[in-house]
Amino acid sequence: MLLLAFDTATPAVTVALHDGSRVVSGCTQIDARRHGELLVPGIVTALADAGRDRAELSDIAVGVGPGPYTGLRVGLMTARALGDALGIPVHGVCTLDALAYATGRTADQGPFVAATDARRKEVYWARYADARTRLEGPGVDRAADIADGVAGLPAFGAGAALYAESFASVAGPEHVDAAALAELAVERLKNGGEFLPPEPLYLRRPDAKVPANYKPVTPN
Amino acid sequence: MAADEPLVLGIETSCDETGVGIVRGTTLLADAVASSVDEHARFGGVVPEVASRAHLEAMVPTVHRALKDAGVTMADIDAIAVTSGPGLAGALLVGVAAAKGYAMALDKPVYGVNHLAAHVCVDQLEHGRLPEPCMALLVSGGHSSLLLVPDVTSDVRPLGSTIDDAAGEAFDKVARVLGLGFPGGPIIDRAARDGDADAIAFPRGLTGPRDAAYDFSFSGLKTAVARWVEARERAGHPVPVADVAASFQEAVVDVLTRKAIRACRENGVEHLLLGGGVAANSRLRALAAERCEAAGVSLRVPRPKLCTDNGAMVAALGAEMVWRDRAPSMLDIPADSSMPVTVTQA
Repeated sequence: MLLLAFDTATPAVTVALHDGSRVVSGCTQIDARRHGELLVPGIVTALADAGRDRAELSDIAVGVGPGPYTGLRVGLMTARALGDALGIPVHGVCTLDALAYATGRTADQGPFVAATDARRKEVYWARYADARTRLEGPGVDRAADIADGVAGLPAFGAGAALYAESFASVAGPEHVDAAALAELAVERLKNGGEFLPPEPLYLRRPDAKVPANYKPVTPN
Repeated sequence: MAADEPLVLGIETSCDETGVGIVRGTTLLADAVASSVDEHARFGGVVPEVASRAHLEAMVPTVHRALKDAGVTMADIDAIAVTSGPGLAGALLVGVAAAKGYAMALDKPVYGVNHLAAHVCVDQLEHGRLPEPCMALLVSGGHSSLLLVPDVTSDVRPLGSTIDDAAGEAFDKVARVLGLGFPGGPIIDRAARDGDADAIAFPRGLTGPRDAAYDFSFSGLKTAVARWVEARERAGHPVPVADVAASFQEAVVDVLTRKAIRACRENGVEHLLLGGGVAANSRLRALAAERCEAAGVSLRVPRPKLCTDNGAMVAALGAEMVWRDRAPSMLDIPADSSMPVTVTQA
């Protein structure tokens, strides 16, 4: 097995390679405005650092968000094109699941929230029982508006850090790391866990208003 | 078609058409287009986010349709070309990501090319290699430009462009004034066929002796049409839709062709090429033919389907770059929404 994982749903453009037993290389750059420029060179770097060839890839795991649309689409389009051209499966993973997985939390430590920045004063969030078990979400809301039962929990991720006053505590990791995404995906592949289709989780409709009735140019 | 000519797959996503074309040298093999135009109609114009979402969904199926139409496999492709600008930023990014993904997976070079230069180069698929230099009049919903083209792969010189609305935008707005729907180009063209182009004397923008010789302006014309129609309605008279459409269209194509011929004459260029979605307009094609003949200028106009946005034009330009041994683009090229026309390759 050689699994390529990447995610572009947060400011991190993050890539990792997993050989079935461990993460063998990775490349993470933080730049919310350059997903399109950084992703494919990052993949090339990860392959080169591991001394592996793209033709050896057996699986792709891609973060499907939720996340700001423009960057998110870069990851999904790249995953679909690579999967199509290499003839290998593309497994979609909720980006918040990878963030939650990276916390390593157990059920004994209690439920928690993973949250990323959704801009417009909102967060993308989901509630977890432990690092592997999502209970609720993903959703997109103002941190202050999330039901008390969710907002009073410890929270992880840059979305939580932005609105720290809404959560019981805030801790890292700040952004998702493809290494966690890769480990989670390999675990799911081995245990027969389910994946999402490689479709973006936009959670919002496009901003577009049907124009009002015709406005005359000549004043009455 | 020579078998040693490069087989190039071109990807275009600068606006609302997901285009994938395949060419070998200057021979068109496939031109697959998936359009999201119907999703934009109720908004009266292209909504960037709607277009970007549609590109992501349409890309892989459109690539496969093109491969099937061309009768080739992915492994046969020598290079990938993609529109890297100008256009809608989020829409361009989907095409650029797809191109890099395919190029990396297939271990083939990628060429990020200029959308406007591709509109010029597409004519090679119909009429053979471009004469050098040629003059290009590119008119669409997003652009209205006069370009002097000594070499479409590396030397494109803008002589003039619109200072406000693009010509295609004016068609959309006038169609809205007349309550005809979206997109306005084909609708106005059809409505105008039964109308009198001389019925109403609409203004010809920037045609005064001291105006910029090669620039265009269509905003005033659009407002003049709206005022005329509103005055009729307020006076309780019916609006002669066909006459308004024909007179408006005539005002647009009169200025476009007049300035294009002048540019040819003043720059000693013997060949005029039309491109862009508005070049599908039947009256523009007819008047350009008439005036070119009178001026002794040869006219090249691709068939309407190659004038509107498509992937074949991108493949055509990419193939020309390969043919001329231009170095490919890097895998870190950005999508550049305001890529200048002088930059033919990213």
